[in-house]
Amino acid sequence: MYVAVKGGGRAISAAHAWLDETRRGDPSLPELGVAQIEQQMGLAVDRVMAEGSCHDRFLAALAIKQSKGDLIEAAFLLRAYRTTLVRFGASDPIETAAMRLRRRISATYKDLPGGQVLGPTFDYTHRLLDFALAAEGAPREAAPEAGAPVGEVPRVTELLAREGLMQREVPDDAEPGDLTRQPLAFPAARPVRLQNLARGDEGFLLALGYSTQRGYGGNHPFVGEIRVGHVAVDFTPPELGFAIDIGDIAITECQMVNQFAGSRTEPAQFTRGYGLVFGHGERRAMGMALVDRALRAQELGEDVTAPAQDAEFVLYHSDNIEATGFVEHLKLPHYVDFQSELENLRTIRRSAMQDLAE
Amino acid sequence: MTAPETGYTFAYLDDATKRMIRRAILKAVAIPGHQIPFGAREMPLPYGWGTGGIQVTASILGPDDVLKVIDQGSDDTTNAISIRRFFTRVAGVATTERTADATIVQTRHRIPERALREDQVIVYQVPQPEPLSKLEPRRAETERLHALADYGLMHVRLYEDIARLGHIAKAYDYPVMVNGRYLMSPSPIPAFDNPKMDRMPALQLFGAGREKRIYAIPPYTSVRSLDFEDHPFRPIRAPHACELCGSTDSYLDEVLTDDAGGRMFVCSDTDYCGERQAGANKAAAE
Repeated sequence: MYVAVKGGGRAISAAHAWLDETRRGDPSLPELGVAQIEQQMGLAVDRVMAEGSCHDRFLAALAIKQSKGDLIEAAFLLRAYRTTLVRFGASDPIETAAMRLRRRISATYKDLPGGQVLGPTFDYTHRLLDFALAAEGAPREAAPEAGAPVGEVPRVTELLAREGLMQREVPDDAEPGDLTRQPLAFPAARPVRLQNLARGDEGFLLALGYSTQRGYGGNHPFVGEIRVGHVAVDFTPPELGFAIDIGDIAITECQMVNQFAGSRTEPAQFTRGYGLVFGHGERRAMGMALVDRALRAQELGEDVTAPAQDAEFVLYHSDNIEATGFVEHLKLPHYVDFQSELENLRTIRRSAMQDLAE
Repeated sequence: MTAPETGYTFAYLDDATKRMIRRAILKAVAIPGHQIPFGAREMPLPYGWGTGGIQVTASILGPDDVLKVIDQGSDDTTNAISIRRFFTRVAGVATTERTADATIVQTRHRIPERALREDQVIVYQVPQPEPLSKLEPRRAETERLHALADYGLMHVRLYEDIARLGHIAKAYDYPVMVNGRYLMSPSPIPAFDNPKMDRMPALQLFGAGREKRIYAIPPYTSVRSLDFEDHPFRPIRAPHACELCGSTDSYLDEVLTDDAGGRMFVCSDTDYCGERQAGANKAAAE
């Protein structure tokens, strides 16, 4: 017999209590501290800061703990918190040439001013499971220390630009758009596109960037430079009129050097794909730089044929908070619409059967 | 104004955001059926789960309002409970399950059976505000089509259904013309509910959070479901009576009762069904 669907409220409360219990796991094991996550799951924290578009390691680590390590869920928690924060204004542009570098590599020059700095990287590690890590508390040898690089390390693209070989970006004093305040509109200006990509889903950027390498809108990239480190953020309060340093943020910047554009009248130049993300996120920054360059197809006079070059396609589908919400909403009840569909299908089938019988 | 949940503004959104959304609503009311872009915020509920409707409700809600939230016609579906709890938590407003007692009804996928009044507002949750999206995914292009009132694509789609299947195959989210000008998605309500939108005394507001659009139908505005002279619009409803209240003109849910073809039909609008059952019991007792 039909049981009226009641008790949803109690079910929700019970489900959430159970969720909390499974988050904690076996209570005989020590509870994971937020500081431990922040320190030992640093790249997960970086990804959550980037996709949550909020540079706060503690909050990102807390979100990871709360989400049981589901990083998209963690980014969502962070976004939902950030949206409630008061906005003082926009910072001055950061200067990545003045970055305190942990890592800086160029694939286009063997050596260059500032040198190649490998930094803490998985590159060249052999991906063999380290069973020694399973034994906790084992003593660890300190990494050797080199002298810190001194002074500003010029960007590779700047070195090329001084020679006229790299297209310079035209400075724009206009206030850049802000996707968190205004909805996307097309054509989308490059600052808006870059903001969208900087907080886009890492997997999406990776796959689209990869597709450009495999011939879907490719433009023959070189990694001019990847740099990872800290930069100072300056803010100029209108009532003071001068910049004050409000702290440092960790970022990764990737500048891709791409095949040249030019004509008989305009000398050929390399063009740039740009990636800049919060934290240490090379895969994300590289994917972003590839997609940024692909999205410039139209302004550089290239044919728009591939998904990565289609601004509406890329920018409307890059956000994993929007994407996961809408994909997962299919779990919600749809039985009213399904019923209408059922009745309609029955009617259509009935008419077809009648036509056949006649 | 403070809320029961400390640390947040009344109804969650900060005042500047509410003002921005109210401006979008006013614009939407001024151009019935036209989609107004707005700076939708990240909400503490997922996109696709009613964030547009929640933002609209949060922006028009006052402390004296009485809120009803339904999903699939019912107050007791999980997402309706979740949204109602959200507003109880962040705004502390009174809530009701009775359509007649509500000043604001937030809904997903249904319009209540009981006719709404001038002093009520209905807020629809909208997943995809663009009625042409399945025919033309590019937003820049659909905006042009709306500007030119060029809706041939949709007419051709409906015509092709008739040519191929003998009937229009759209059973929900059935496109409507608002005020004779804008083609509009009524949100995924069953086509059965479309006629209720026409000249409704209540203000109808539509919020799409993920797609960042708001639109509206002012009271007593003409809303016409697209059709053809020889294939008039037909509301779809299971041809049965409600097993609980006996209604033969309400929208019905089909419930499977066993795996041998057993099924029963009951009202989707639980408040309507409950009132009718209470009325019948009272009549029987007298």
